Amino acid sequence: MRTGPLDYLARWPLRLWLAGVGLFLYLPLVSLVAFSFNDSKRTTVWRGFTLDWYAQLWEDGELVAAFGNSLVIAAASTLISLVLGTAAALLLWRFRFAGKSVLEAVLGLPIVVPEICLGVAFLVFFTAIVPWPTELPWPANLGAIIIAHATFSFSFVALVVRARLASFDGALAEAARDLGAGEWLIFRDIMVPHLVPGLVAGALLAFTLSLDDFVITFFTSGPDTITFPIKVYSMVRFSVTPAVNAASTLLILLTAALTALALWLQGADIAKQAA
Amino acid sequence: MSGGHQEQRPGQAPGVFAAVGLPPIVWLAALFIAPLAVIWAYSFGENRTLVDIAITGNWGSYARALKPLYLAILLKSLGFAALTTLICFILGLPVALAISFASPRVKLLLLLAVMLPFWTNLLIRTYALMAILRTEGLINSALGGLWGLVPGLPPFEPLPLINNNFAVVVGLVYVHLPFMVLPLYAALDRLDRSLIEASLDLGAGHLATLWRVVVPMALPGIISGIIITFIPALGAYLAPDLLGGTNSQMIANVIERQFRSANDWPFGAALSFLLMYLTFAALLLQSLISRRSAAREARA
Repeated sequence: MRTGPLDYLARWPLRLWLAGVGLFLYLPLVSLVAFSFNDSKRTTVWRGFTLDWYAQLWEDGELVAAFGNSLVIAAASTLISLVLGTAAALLLWRFRFAGKSVLEAVLGLPIVVPEICLGVAFLVFFTAIVPWPTELPWPANLGAIIIAHATFSFSFVALVVRARLASFDGALAEAARDLGAGEWLIFRDIMVPHLVPGLVAGALLAFTLSLDDFVITFFTSGPDTITFPIKVYSMVRFSVTPAVNAASTLLILLTAALTALALWLQGADIAKQAA
Repeated sequence: MSGGHQEQRPGQAPGVFAAVGLPPIVWLAALFIAPLAVIWAYSFGENRTLVDIAITGNWGSYARALKPLYLAILLKSLGFAALTTLICFILGLPVALAISFASPRVKLLLLLAVMLPFWTNLLIRTYALMAILRTEGLINSALGGLWGLVPGLPPFEPLPLINNNFAVVVGLVYVHLPFMVLPLYAALDRLDRSLIEASLDLGAGHLATLWRVVVPMALPGIISGIIITFIPALGAYLAPDLLGGTNSQMIANVIERQFRSANDWPFGAALSFLLMYLTFAALLLQSLISRRSAAREARA
């Protein structure tokens, strides 16, 4: 078969380049996952398959507690950012008001402000301005981290929900209003069903962002409020061990599964629209 | 917009306006703007005791941030971020080109392949690189193994791949490559193919076509890729922290130290805001350029 002039993928220099970049991107991750199953303390020579490192994680009470904290924080901050993000999206979609462009700009800020700046801002805020009590029972002691996570993730939710709102047919709401439906009924029975794919995608995004966050959490967590990435960080600082590889592999699997779910839902949504 | 959606004024539905407006606005003001404003105010303050900071309106912290020691770190951070962006561009442009000219099926697979590491936790990606680069890591033990196969060589000296500037830049490139590839791909995918074909038909080589046709046409996308890569690289904390040595600190590491060990909040606050201003300057540049190219397209 003759290759066309723009069939770049058929050219060997480009294939070589792609293979090199692929190796660069994947060799570290693949070796990380592979050596979590290695029957040796060393992470360079393969000795045989084992699940011992995973069993060892399970026995590490601190790590399991940190994982529990991460899930609670992710769930709570997702719920808050879903409510706030949807409200912000509806506000900007429905109304024209003074200061709207300012609000839009401020809403976009949490996405672009360097994480380290937001991290230290929360550290100072929750120590000096509104000290978050440290003696609270679990899970209330996680409140400061939940607030921090909700703050950076609700902008992302607003973005996703707003994109979905753009395809909403305003005539449907008009018709319902003419037929006597109130605002709440229109929201619950007409808007929410249309928004569901956006809400699900936004929620999964917020959950993954929260689960993954290290830098901002690093500044808001205390000795009793350790999350999974913070615990992994303290293990990493200590040494490179197969147990860290195992913990990392679990987190990779979890976020990959969540993202795949989000993509699949959005793909199904696009397919439905195209049909 | 579908359905003839019309924006309302708040007065037309005051209850709804308050219900959807108050929660996000109050949250942003109290829990986003307020903490940043406190840091901003502290950057003009002086330490009395650890958490008692008098806001005296002096510029001392900023002056200190521009002293040679810290200015050098600031410049080093800018240099690392610029070098990272350049390497990402060189690595990423052919990848983006290949993706945009691939068949739909291959395109989807390649895009997923670029994005998959992107969804992996930042800390874990940095750790994965640590395990590869360290003295007893994968690269050095593989090289050592090969070295041992040749008889008569002196004992293998592991390459210094970690705890230096090299490792920091490798780490930053590793983490930020998708930030570059995705906007480049988006820009290249929209290009008018017939112009590229015309250039090739008329005798320009592939590299000349790339440099003189593709790059100028995709310039707005290229610039947004450059800025989107540069901003997070500039504020990076984990790569210099885990991969760098004592001499490869970046601005984020200095900020962290002021708040967690040195306990000089006003100085840390001033550094944070310098980083913020640099970020905003980059964003402003991007919006100016995209506005100008939009205006040019409208005129054409």
